[in-house]
Amino acid sequence: MAVTHDTHSGNRKIIGSSVDRVDARAKVTGSAAYAEDLMPEKYLTAMVLHSTVAHANVVKIDISKALEVKGVVDIVTCFDVPDLPFPTAGHPWSTEKKHQDIADRLLLNRHVRFYGDDIAAVVAENDIACKHALKLIEVEYEELPHVFDAQEAAQDGAPLIHPERTDTNVLVHSSYDVGDYDEAIKEPGLVKIERNYQTPIVQHCHIEGVNSFAYEEQGKMVCVSSTQIPHIVRRVCSQATGLPMGDIRIIKPYIGGGFGNKQDVLTEPLNIFLSKRLGGRCVKLFYTREEVFVSTRVRHAMNFRLTSWVRKDGTFAARKVLVYSNQGAYASHAHALAANAVNAYRMMYPYSAIHGDAYTVYTNLPTAGAMRAYGIPQIGFALESHIDDICDEMGFDRIEFRLKNMMKIGYRDPQTTITCHSTGLAECIRKGAEFSDFLRKQKTYGKGQTGPVRRGIGMGIFCYKTGVYPISLETSACRMVLNQDGSIQLQMGATEIGQGADTVFAQMAAEELGFSFNRVHILSTQDTDVTPFDTGAYASRQTYVSGMAVKKTARKMKSEILAYASTMIHKDPGDLDIEDDMVVHVGSREPLIAVSEVAMEACYSLTNSKHIAAEETHHCTDNTYSFGVCFAEVEVDIPMAQIQVLNIVNVHDSGTIINTKTASGQVHGGMSMGLGYALSERIIIDEKTGRVLNNNLLDYKLMTSMDTPELHDLFVETDDPTGPFGNKSLGEPPVIPVAPAIRNAVKNATGVAIDANPLYPERLFHAFKEAGLIGE
Amino acid sequence: MRKDIHCTVNGMEREFNVDVRSSLLEMLRGEEHAHSVKKGCEVGECGACTVLIDGRPFVSCIYLAIWAEGKDIMTSEGLVDKNGKLSDIQEAFISEGAVQCGFCTPGFIMSAIPIINADRKYSRDEIKKWIAGNFCRCTGYQKIVDAIEKTQEKRLREKGLLK
Repeated sequence: MAVTHDTHSGNRKIIGSSVDRVDARAKVTGSAAYAEDLMPEKYLTAMVLHSTVAHANVVKIDISKALEVKGVVDIVTCFDVPDLPFPTAGHPWSTEKKHQDIADRLLLNRHVRFYGDDIAAVVAENDIACKHALKLIEVEYEELPHVFDAQEAAQDGAPLIHPERTDTNVLVHSSYDVGDYDEAIKEPGLVKIERNYQTPIVQHCHIEGVNSFAYEEQGKMVCVSSTQIPHIVRRVCSQATGLPMGDIRIIKPYIGGGFGNKQDVLTEPLNIFLSKRLGGRCVKLFYTREEVFVSTRVRHAMNFRLTSWVRKDGTFAARKVLVYSNQGAYASHAHALAANAVNAYRMMYPYSAIHGDAYTVYTNLPTAGAMRAYGIPQIGFALESHIDDICDEMGFDRIEFRLKNMMKIGYRDPQTTITCHSTGLAECIRKGAEFSDFLRKQKTYGKGQTGPVRRGIGMGIFCYKTGVYPISLETSACRMVLNQDGSIQLQMGATEIGQGADTVFAQMAAEELGFSFNRVHILSTQDTDVTPFDTGAYASRQTYVSGMAVKKTARKMKSEILAYASTMIHKDPGDLDIEDDMVVHVGSREPLIAVSEVAMEACYSLTNSKHIAAEETHHCTDNTYSFGVCFAEVEVDIPMAQIQVLNIVNVHDSGTIINTKTASGQVHGGMSMGLGYALSERIIIDEKTGRVLNNNLLDYKLMTSMDTPELHDLFVETDDPTGPFGNKSLGEPPVIPVAPAIRNAVKNATGVAIDANPLYPERLFHAFKEAGLIGE
Repeated sequence: MRKDIHCTVNGMEREFNVDVRSSLLEMLRGEEHAHSVKKGCEVGECGACTVLIDGRPFVSCIYLAIWAEGKDIMTSEGLVDKNGKLSDIQEAFISEGAVQCGFCTPGFIMSAIPIINADRKYSRDEIKKWIAGNFCRCTGYQKIVDAIEKTQEKRLREKGLLK
């Protein structure tokens, strides 16, 4: 059955309201159970020994002293693990070999590829014995030359990081052409503008760490994990351990944030392996905050070169992007991020000849993976900085130039076929400009200012896809079961990770069924033995893809309820509908029988009992763009090299907003993360050793409440014809436009273009000094 | 070495036998099953394990369990009355949308208690300063500050200190 989008939004009762989160009560009292809250009384503790060199072969590991520590139960080294290379990316598995994720790591690695690699694990009766034993393990390395810079690593003769796979550190080099770039640049009268931009390594910093525990139950290995992707974790655990998939069960409880780090398989395979070795005794593997920073995943650092050939009339003749993406030691999500970045480069300003080149390169640094908006914060910083640089150099109005060149309705991307089905971007820009008084302020500020403290205003726009189609499979299943009181149990394979998915799914189900909101009970836990299949929380896909599964299932469920009701009240089911928990006449809306009465009879009828349930899969074969803009106003204290954000607003077109309160919360969280990306967040690596120097929440500067200005969020609602309720992606996008808006505001204030984020004081100081704004 | 500790937890007198090396966090999460006390870093950086000790907020991960002798300790579980009714600050966190993943939430609520108990109004900047020891990665803090501000205003009105 094809489910089509209907635009009867005027009749909606629950979609578009701001109901409270379904899980909020449990979370404010502490009754919401996260992984650690589910630990049994008795368990063993596992900890991992990480390498203290960036690149080496492990020659020998002496565990004799460590084994003597009282309480130590087992020690496993990189010489003891199965030779089963496995991938870790939270991607749907491709059944075509050439599209499969790269399997380039073992449970523990003899070839150490970064400072912090996993080389051994201790299992002990308590944490103290475990820690003590870790310190007594003696490792002998044969050190190898290392390389940290992506461009250097891509050169011939660079130390090879995965010689077992290939004879180059370049995982993938991809390129594309739209039109003929070389021909297009021959047009007379073009101005060429070319600049380099750099983005840093940052970390997700979810407040709950990375953790899991595993045990055997009835012949199966069960792993309770703080993950965004339980069904994918099960598949990867099977690939890593050799156990059949049906012998593995993953349980995902409430999780304390993920932001993409937990869209990767992290502790689970080793955890299952360790428990299995010990006859299925419960083993916990909880990473410390310091380990989370170094030995899970980070966001890719990317170096861009952008080249624009611009006509005097303010249009592009040709554009070119070259990116080197620093993958770190293992493939994880690998080239998908750099590819996403150069694709977004094309999509944002698509109307000219465009050439794209992207390299993803192994280095001896912590492994980069998915992080909120998947490559787009990186290109967003580079591209939107570049657009301002073009406008400044050629004297174009920053808004007019963007309006003229940005993606318009009906655009169909030539590479991916993703089509612009709806856009409110022009209206977002208008609304944000008005809110921030942009037009007046950009003139008042700008070049005329003198003195040590100056003000500026800047902007950045973005487009963002919704889900991963057609690059990867998009599929989701939903199940509904009718309770005897006429309420339903709603089961999703899609996961709640803090973003509010459970609440919007319950709203969608209630809306489509004609139920009150409180008649929908959503089961938050995913258990791969029970839960319908879904690939999980990433790509801002769930309200769009899984939301359609809810809609389809609700329609089927409703028809089942009405079919049964029709036998009770002797009416044609086609004449019936449900409204406010009552079966009503479809035309007159006259209430005929309560759903609760139908449900009770269906369950207990002596002559015709029927347990009413529905399950549907949505195989999604479409995609759509969301859009938005950030306007930021700053005050720059030049001699102090400090930036104060005076005013900031994000305006989003994410289609129909399902829940205004939780949507606003998503925008705030993204803006906060964007402010960190703009101003302070970066992983600092020791240049000599490759060691992460700020692997903790004090030295890694994420935003505190005091650093955060008042956050303003506005929406322009469009009704997207492909979204289940007219909705489009929202979870990730708010992070994207903030850093370039702030960089551009600082440039507006001082005239100094800083082409690398974050804009922390030391970097500002050197830039201001070079520009002559700070004297000797 | 182990030691007996006597203290009050959420209004109930309790006796614990603890390893002298253990933290108050471990004591509360262990035998007391006070799961609102969250372990985010274990080194006093993130604030997720904040509890009240004699009315003042402390991060319980770097507070030794043995120091709790004779102390009055309060966690988010203790804010719910015996009939299950939530406190005003918990209700405000829900209605203002201050809860997302929820992992930092109980710690923020405990940090907010001295503000909402005070007899004067704290400005938004003062609230932000007071809760700056608690990290949240989901909300950008805005709705958390909203919830605290609304609750303090409600309480001041109830006390006749604000119109």
